[in-house]
Amino acid sequence: MKKMISILALLLFTFFANAQDVKMADAMKENGKIYVVIAVILTILAGLVLYLVRLDRKISKLEKNK
Amino acid sequence: MRKSWWKILGVLLLVYTFIAGLLIEVPRNPQLQETIRNLFFHVCMWFGMMILFIVSFVRAIMYLRTNKHIHDIASRQYAGVGILFGVLGYLTGAIWMSYTWIDSNKSVFNSFDTIAREPKLIGAAIALLVYAAYLVLRDSIQDMDKRARISAVYNIFAFAMLFPSIWIIPRLLDSLHPGGSEGNPALDPGSASANMRLVFYPAIAGWTLIGVWIATLKIRMKILYEQKLSQ
Repeated sequence: MKKMISILALLLFTFFANAQDVKMADAMKENGKIYVVIAVILTILAGLVLYLVRLDRKISKLEKNK
Repeated sequence: MRKSWWKILGVLLLVYTFIAGLLIEVPRNPQLQETIRNLFFHVCMWFGMMILFIVSFVRAIMYLRTNKHIHDIASRQYAGVGILFGVLGYLTGAIWMSYTWIDSNKSVFNSFDTIAREPKLIGAAIALLVYAAYLVLRDSIQDMDKRARISAVYNIFAFAMLFPSIWIIPRLLDSLHPGGSEGNPALDPGSASANMRLVFYPAIAGWTLIGVWIATLKIRMKILYEQKLSQ
């Protein structure tokens, strides 16, 4: 029983050790720079959507005019 | 603007995707690291492509049944946006695999040698080329009714080609790409955590709605153009 617990503990430990070893962009989250990336991609998305909206309005106007 | 609630929904879903997609906790996978977030963008392109191709296929059948010209226009435009999504999926996949599939024990050349044999890449390339041929075939026919009929028939064939080239053969063969012989590349519950699926499904809906929006704009433009020509 003791052996099994220690094996289990070892397995768990290696699992968590592995999980922590994987390098992720944790620093970016800590210092908030990730929000800069989000601001940039949201701006691009906003620009593209604005373009689509204006195109939609123009086509609607043309459809009404005929 | 016309019937705009689903357009707003699509945009909101994408805004949610862009924010939550970068902020949520993702599994710490040693091979993928933060690139696992590409699931919300790369995979959604293929999903959008498949849905747009299905719509295109249905409109092609509707044209053959009713002979109404509007279905032919719609079928062509949905296929066009579908191809755009497919090309974007291919390009994003090329970037992603350049950073995750390269074997550091081999030279770059030898790594690409294995990558070039990927059944998913070859299958997707075949499918996209079959659809590219659809555009070529269409534009090579002058007569309007003939063009509509032949391209509708070819569209059905192109859709049928998606089954072996994307949905069957690549999933039977071993691959570096997730969802080889072990299951579905996108909907496998094992490969994405519950947390990620909270963003993934809205992302699919958002991207698809944007694709449909673009397609409807192109359809309306084409109709205006043809009315102008016939005046």
